[in-house]
Amino acid sequence: MELRLEGVSHRYGDVEVIRNIDLSIPKGRIVCIVGPSGCGKSTLLRFLGGLERPTSGSVSQVGEPPSDSINPLTYVFQDFALLPWRTVEGNISLILSDHGVPKKEAEDIITDVLARTKLSDFRKALPKQLSGGMKQRVAIARALAVNPAVLLMDEPLSALDSQTRELLMDDLVDLWTRAPFTAVYVTHNLAEAVRLGHQIVVLSRRPGAINEIVEIDTPLAERSSADPDLERTQQHLWALMRAEAEAADMELIDD
Amino acid sequence: MPRPSDVFLTLWDLAVSGALWTNLAPSLMRLLVGSTIGATVGIAVGVMIGLFSFARAGLVPLVAAIFPIPKIALLPLFVIWFGIDEASKYALIAFGTFTPTVVSTYGAVDNVDRSLIRMGQSFGLRWSTVVFRIVLPGAMPGILSGLRVSLAIAIILLVAAEMLGAEYGIGAYILQAGSLYDLERLFAGVTILSMLGVLLSTAVGAVEKHVLGWRT
Ligand SMILES: Nc1ncnc2c1ncn2[C@@H]1O[C@H](COP(=O)(O)OP(=O)(O)OP(=O)(O)O)[C@@H](O)[C@H]1O
Ligand SMILES: [Mg+2]
Repeated sequence: MELRLEGVSHRYGDVEVIRNIDLSIPKGRIVCIVGPSGCGKSTLLRFLGGLERPTSGSVSQVGEPPSDSINPLTYVFQDFALLPWRTVEGNISLILSDHGVPKKEAEDIITDVLARTKLSDFRKALPKQLSGGMKQRVAIARALAVNPAVLLMDEPLSALDSQTRELLMDDLVDLWTRAPFTAVYVTHNLAEAVRLGHQIVVLSRRPGAINEIVEIDTPLAERSSADPDLERTQQHLWALMRAEAEAADMELIDD
Repeated sequence: MPRPSDVFLTLWDLAVSGALWTNLAPSLMRLLVGSTIGATVGIAVGVMIGLFSFARAGLVPLVAAIFPIPKIALLPLFVIWFGIDEASKYALIAFGTFTPTVVSTYGAVDNVDRSLIRMGQSFGLRWSTVVFRIVLPGAMPGILSGLRVSLAIAIILLVAAEMLGAEYGIGAYILQAGSLYDLERLFAGVTILSMLGVLLSTAVGAVEKHVLGWRT
């Protein structure tokens, strides 16, 4: 299944937030969206997930989601959004049982996703016993458990320290390499974008419009932080963003 | 002032003669029925107010209007509506526990982390699952601490209700002792009320410990 945005524009009251965006999210790829603060990245993600509708333009699904997909469009949030009163396992089983997955089958799914996210030993732990990185891994495991057609990730690593972020990026690359998934990954961190994105969509400052789309052909598993090509791409992205970010910053002060 | 030892002896006599139970049993029953009704309806209404803006618009002013009314003043009204028997006592206690429970529940629901609710919706969970598995457990700390207040109010109203037309009950017992200026029995009755308060508060504490173990 692919997602497609056509001529999407949006305003909140008098504020124009997004202007005329055309974008398609190809199956099995990770599309990163970068852009200055307040340019409408999270809003775009809400449109993609169907939580909100744009003022004009269309958001469509091309093709059917896989038949075994329990929740085709699934979010991973920056703040993890784990229920603190449920164990790791309980956080995942809540969703599976609500979608009517039989208990035995749910157990198997949970075992599988916890193994994939290296959490098997923490099945019975409560969120408060886990570090930030582990919590986000639980949230990723929960998202994988519903076998989404498209994962919608809004700055999933932004709440983590830089070492943990590195580790989780490696984990995401591993996960994708073993079983490619489709994802839209919003971030303000360009290093994350060049590490994880097959495509990087650069948005302008508010109202967000597409400034440029950068493709990176190097396979995810072969990307390293020392790679000069990636370094160059990151520089290029920064050059695109810099002026916009500065201008956006000034606007916020003016408001 | 009666001496504490005399009060204790009076309590002892009460217990041995069986009069303690004769008075305590109907009181506990009234407390149980009245506060269960009041708390249940209060939690339901509080959750509605916390979740739906239309409920908030209509019910918050209503609750604000009835909260400051001394419920004791309404007892004659309840007697007219529900008769002099148990029903009017249940109604008074239920009504008295209802308002503080609504207010604390509404506040507790309001404080539930919105990102958890958003998560539930984004995973396509049923509405009932979001309410019963996310909102209610998240609001439980606030609901339980509100329940402490509501139950103390319930005891106060219990006594008030029993002072008007009850044959047995701690309130009736205290009223009788008071009218005879029998201070020992009066204090014995008051002591029972205090112990009841401590008991209920301990019970809520035990529930908190069991239900809110995830917090610390
Ligand atoms: N529900 C809303 N009502 C009104 N304005 C909103 C609403 N949601 C977002 N906005 C405004 O729309 C603009 C875009 O918001 P959005 O959260 O999509 O930006 P963002 O790119 O995700 O920003 P950040 O990098 O800070 O996360 C902002 O100016 C924001 O204030
Ligand atoms: Mg955002």
